[in-house]
Amino acid sequence: MRRIGIDVGGTNTDAVLLQDGKVVHAVKTPTTEDVTSGIVTALGLLSGHPEVARGAIDGVVIGTTHFVNAVVQRRHLSPVAAIRIGLPASASLPPFCDWPEDLAALVRGEVIMLEGGHEYDGREFMPFDEAGMRAAARQIRDSGLRSVAIAASFSPLDPSHEERARAILAEECPEASITLSHELGRIGLLERENAALLNAALADLARVTIAGFRDAIAASHIDAPLFITQNDGTVMSAEMAMALPVMSFASGATNSMRGAAFLSGLQDAMVVDVGGTSSDVGQLRRGFPREANSVVEIGEVRTLFRMPDLFSIGLGGGSIVSESPVTVGPQSVGYRLTEEALVFGGKTLTVTDAAVTAAVVKIGEVKNAAGVPRDLARAVLDIAKAKLEDAIDRMKTEAGDVPLIAVGGGAFLVPKKLAGVSEVIRVEHGDCANAVGAAIAQISGETDQVYREMRREDAIAAAEAQAVERAVAAGAERSTLQTVDVEDMPLAYLPGNALRVRVRVAGEMRGPGEH
Amino acid sequence: MRDAAPAMRKITREDIECLAVGAWILGTGGGGSPYLGLLNMRRLYAEGHRVELMSPFDLDGEDRVAVVSNMGAPLVGQERLADSRNIARAVAMQEEYSSVKFRAVMSLEIGGGNGIQPLMAAAHLGLPVVDADLMGRAYPEAQMTSVAVGDLRPYPCALYDPRGLESIVTNVPSWKWMERVTRKICVEMGSIASTCKAPRTGREIKDWGIHFTVSKAIGIGRRVREAQRRHEDPIAAILGEAQGKQLFRGKVVDVARRATEGFLRGRCVIEGLDEHRGARLELAFQNEWVVAWRAEGEKRNPIAMSPDLICVLDTVSGNAFGTETIRYGMRVTVVALPAPPVFLTPKGLEHVGPRAFGYDLDFRSVFA
Repeated sequence: MRRIGIDVGGTNTDAVLLQDGKVVHAVKTPTTEDVTSGIVTALGLLSGHPEVARGAIDGVVIGTTHFVNAVVQRRHLSPVAAIRIGLPASASLPPFCDWPEDLAALVRGEVIMLEGGHEYDGREFMPFDEAGMRAAARQIRDSGLRSVAIAASFSPLDPSHEERARAILAEECPEASITLSHELGRIGLLERENAALLNAALADLARVTIAGFRDAIAASHIDAPLFITQNDGTVMSAEMAMALPVMSFASGATNSMRGAAFLSGLQDAMVVDVGGTSSDVGQLRRGFPREANSVVEIGEVRTLFRMPDLFSIGLGGGSIVSESPVTVGPQSVGYRLTEEALVFGGKTLTVTDAAVTAAVVKIGEVKNAAGVPRDLARAVLDIAKAKLEDAIDRMKTEAGDVPLIAVGGGAFLVPKKLAGVSEVIRVEHGDCANAVGAAIAQISGETDQVYREMRREDAIAAAEAQAVERAVAAGAERSTLQTVDVEDMPLAYLPGNALRVRVRVAGEMRGPGEH
Repeated sequence: MRDAAPAMRKITREDIECLAVGAWILGTGGGGSPYLGLLNMRRLYAEGHRVELMSPFDLDGEDRVAVVSNMGAPLVGQERLADSRNIARAVAMQEEYSSVKFRAVMSLEIGGGNGIQPLMAAAHLGLPVVDADLMGRAYPEAQMTSVAVGDLRPYPCALYDPRGLESIVTNVPSWKWMERVTRKICVEMGSIASTCKAPRTGREIKDWGIHFTVSKAIGIGRRVREAQRRHEDPIAAILGEAQGKQLFRGKVVDVARRATEGFLRGRCVIEGLDEHRGARLELAFQNEWVVAWRAEGEKRNPIAMSPDLICVLDTVSGNAFGTETIRYGMRVTVVALPAPPVFLTPKGLEHVGPRAFGYDLDFRSVFA
């Protein structure tokens, strides 16, 4: 298996070639405004290595923050027609009701609410309003809107009303791009609908961006399928990413943690990714980042996305040092490190300069930092150590000491000994851990459903079987699938042993021709 | 509790934001998140509605008060979003059936989403909200209220579903029967129903209401939000505001849930951190947190139990965690808040003491 992993970050675009479980070559190049040309450059650099040009590539996997940045920065978003199926319930809280006004003003096209939807036990809440949907579809056609989000109550249990709405819309308005909320997940109408609305708002950008990725690969003379990484460390096909761009929202951080697991060979450990401005601390469980507990807000919109649980601190290689009293960060020179740090001939005292003075690392011109007092450098590194220890303690979920994998360009800031840490592990290619994480990303399938009158084990088994089928449909090799998360919850107040089961499985990507 | 609460005061937008935070904490793990109720109130205030809060002692003895709650499964409430008009309709049904004109509305339970329900009804009906409730927290069953302890009349009860399903339970021999019968109706309605309980007189609210709990929830929420803004310790702020005690601090290491008789029961284990390192706290729940045991080596002792309020809070933000949402790995601080005195009598303990939940323990208060 030969796979190229690419991480398109805010500062750098990293690319690696992974062959038979080993990193053959890794490159770094600045990210470009259009994203695509940075990828072409990275692939060009990668192809310069003789091993890379030597054989076929099985897949190119790209991790990108492009879509989440579009939401956060309110750029490249399309107006959306929102269809909610669930009247006469929920009428006082229509679609967009908890969005920040600036974002709603950009995305809110039409809002249409219809009778229909289901109950927790699968009964229809109300019959689906066919005539109303037909009228809505014509209204959307005449409005000129071409991105549509459809959400029906309890659609994760029974998606038929959302699907019927899509069929009618496709008849009346064939060019519409349609997001159904049940494809994005969980129980929680408002949060699921928000995810569908964001997704529909990104439909045009996703088409253009994914096409750009494909062009970049073709321009580099690579003939391989394209995959995009999602929040949970697994991939989706380019076609699916075009339909569901929101699934990629948090993939950058996830990829670096997954890459750390791969490069170190550890499945359970803490990970710290030290960048130029900040450090992210997370925890690996069975090779995957632990997910956040709470509702996740994206660009101030409440969603239920699967996101890694990270604790970020303002400490990186570019963090600015002030004297008397000695403080470190959170201000940083960021991507200007190679111009502004003392060791690069600049005038700003950074954490990197302190590390060079203390002989922790050799970067740039050591003599440029000769004026930095030794004890100041020591004090800076002690502060960095204390900040890291606090962050690690916050994220740990067990009492004993745990191994810590240090990755990222600023990993030299992590000392050999830290409180609560049994061992600090450094790995080759750790500075490109996120691209490695993209290259090794697996394929997953998930279900979240309510089962009634079933034994707990039977309900979980039924959910697992469904998750497996979803993963296989998404391109996973069946024999490698493993269950990575099971959560079951009896429904409070309900009789009949109603049990809500959520299962996620993940496994290796199927090679060409395998099924 | 404050004796000199203002007679009638306007509830501000900020008060409602605070109420949502405070009610979730007083929910003691149950009652459902107040978030959707908060969204309704934001919308009603944006439309120009305003709600006033009145002291229970400003009620006349003969005034009638509507006691409201949203009954059912919080999970269903995540798909059938709270609509402020439904609870107003339940109140109107009760007025029509009982031929009364309500002077004010109040909450059955201040804890969880029901802490906001009376504000929604009040906004539509143009009535004030009484600064009181009948639980002082959240409890799972109809007989777990101060008026049930006082043996006040349990009927009639109005239940409403927006599909035009309207039911009145006109007569039952006891609060436990009211619980059983309304639960069945609620399940048929899709396991959620807007309800208006038996009308109460001003005299009954003065004698049996749990007073100033709306102000209390707002006060707790305000201190938490202030602490969050100033990056201070929100837990300390809660303890100061509500005369509480910190019981434990740690990380959730296990959660086991099971459904029995239509309730969420289970156990949650928290491993100690900081000064609690080496110890464990075990929490039993029936929708709400009921009993807490501290275990260290071979020793295992109950240290807090209903009717004292047991609240499990996010150590960093101070926000509450529910029994449905608590998960492995969460960093939590467990605190106890004092119970309303009505539940500390022998009759009160029969209704909501540890034995009412099936634990053969003599009640010992954290605050004794």
